[in-house]
Amino acid sequence: MTLAHFLAVNPPYWVETLTKIGIGLVAVLLPTGALVYLFLFKMMSFMQSRLGPMEAGPYGQLQLLAEFGKFLQKEDIFPSKADRFVFAAAPFVVLVSTFMLVLVLPAGPDTHFIDLNTGIYFAMAVSSISVIGILMAGWGSASKYSLLGGIRAAGQLIAYELPLVLSVVGVVIMAGTLNMKGIVAAQADFGVWFIIPQFLGFLIFLVAIQAELTQPPFDMPVAESELVTGYLTEYSGIRFLLFFIGEFATAAVFSAIGATLFLGGWTIPFVDANAEIMDYIGPLVLAGKMILIAFLIFWFRITYPRFREDQLQRLAWKFLIPLSLFNIVVTAIFKVVF
Amino acid sequence: MTATLATAETVVAQNVFFYLIAAVMVIAALRVVTTSNMVHAALYLVVVLAGVAAQFILLGAEFVGVTQVLVYIGAVIVLFLFGIMLTRAKVGAEDGLSHDNVVPAILTAVLLLLVMGFAVVDFAKAPWSDGTLVIDALDRAPTTVEQVSDSIFSTYIVAFEAISVLLLAALIGAIVVARKE
Repeated sequence: MTLAHFLAVNPPYWVETLTKIGIGLVAVLLPTGALVYLFLFKMMSFMQSRLGPMEAGPYGQLQLLAEFGKFLQKEDIFPSKADRFVFAAAPFVVLVSTFMLVLVLPAGPDTHFIDLNTGIYFAMAVSSISVIGILMAGWGSASKYSLLGGIRAAGQLIAYELPLVLSVVGVVIMAGTLNMKGIVAAQADFGVWFIIPQFLGFLIFLVAIQAELTQPPFDMPVAESELVTGYLTEYSGIRFLLFFIGEFATAAVFSAIGATLFLGGWTIPFVDANAEIMDYIGPLVLAGKMILIAFLIFWFRITYPRFREDQLQRLAWKFLIPLSLFNIVVTAIFKVVF
Repeated sequence: MTATLATAETVVAQNVFFYLIAAVMVIAALRVVTTSNMVHAALYLVVVLAGVAAQFILLGAEFVGVTQVLVYIGAVIVLFLFGIMLTRAKVGAEDGLSHDNVVPAILTAVLLLLVMGFAVVDFAKAPWSDGTLVIDALDRAPTTVEQVSDSIFSTYIVAFEAISVLLLAALIGAIVVARKE
């Protein structure tokens, strides 16, 4: 761990764990704030010919803190017929899923939380836990809009999990490993980042994470014109804020996973990937690439109108899944032949 | 995570966590059958299955543990919840969750106990065992994905193919049942 290098000490296990938790919180919340400010507040406003928040701090940079304070001081309302425990626990289930995703992301040759053998597979597995949180929110609210939103969300997340996992398989075949660092190293060895040979996989991955994040044009579960705000309808105050953080933190983490799989992770071309300096600039490089992919996600979000439920399901089952299977077959043939 | 895990301290820690997780699993499993709400039962089942995944990871079977999360928590339970919520989404206690088929239930439970008991006792006679029931997984490095895939496609290839055919049959069966024209 870099901290041990940096301080030239070998901290006891519990200090290391606490430090990792602290760094993990920063690693989730800082990019989340950056995405919300850069894209949701500013880029969206500019694309709609308005300025966005301007009052709090220069160019509205402190708007996030203002929003945070606003949500914190709101009353934490429970609907009278809600299942109190399920209703209260649901946002935390979603957050747990997001925080576990960060664990396997490497940001340098020795900068990582845990170096799992099954890195990307672990990420795909824990990302599916958030569906349970959303179903809990939808059911626990005891409201028909929430329930419909929860069921729509579950149907959508199950449908798009398949193309997501299958698009990653192409990268795994090329790299020959599930380990995240191994995938980064394989791209350094291969010469070009996997976005070039796996461009089809990258496109499928982008569409699939857009749907997994329930970002427009895939925001059927929270469709305002039909379902108020779907499974979020009954939530207010801190619990709404947790869902909000979960949504955008997951966007940040999935962008970082995309950057690791397709854009070479922490590496820069023509610089030795294992140089010690990469432990320090690696996280910044990864953050830069993450912003790049997040830009695409928010660009689509702001540009396209919402899908209809049947169009959304048809796109996943009849188009993306066959396409990603085709991608796997072609990648496997190339792997065997060359 | 790739180093061997076999110092005296880690063995104690692993034992402590094994019993902690096992206790949580037993309590959650009892709540699955005693709770008076279908959705609660499914959510308690999530706790049990997460406990199974944790036990696998504790024994160094990382790949199996992650698969447990992906398949059971990510897909099977989600389909359970999906089905329950589409049909009976009642909040609060429900009536008529118990049924009268006590005899088949007891028979199934006894049969399952016999099979699992036999597996545990037979384990002591296996060639790699030293005659005790202690699973000595801590001496070895955690199982890698390569080891799992190699044994699936060599030692267990017949079982693998049989399961593939079974799944295909289930898939076709599901389509036949769903498509009534």
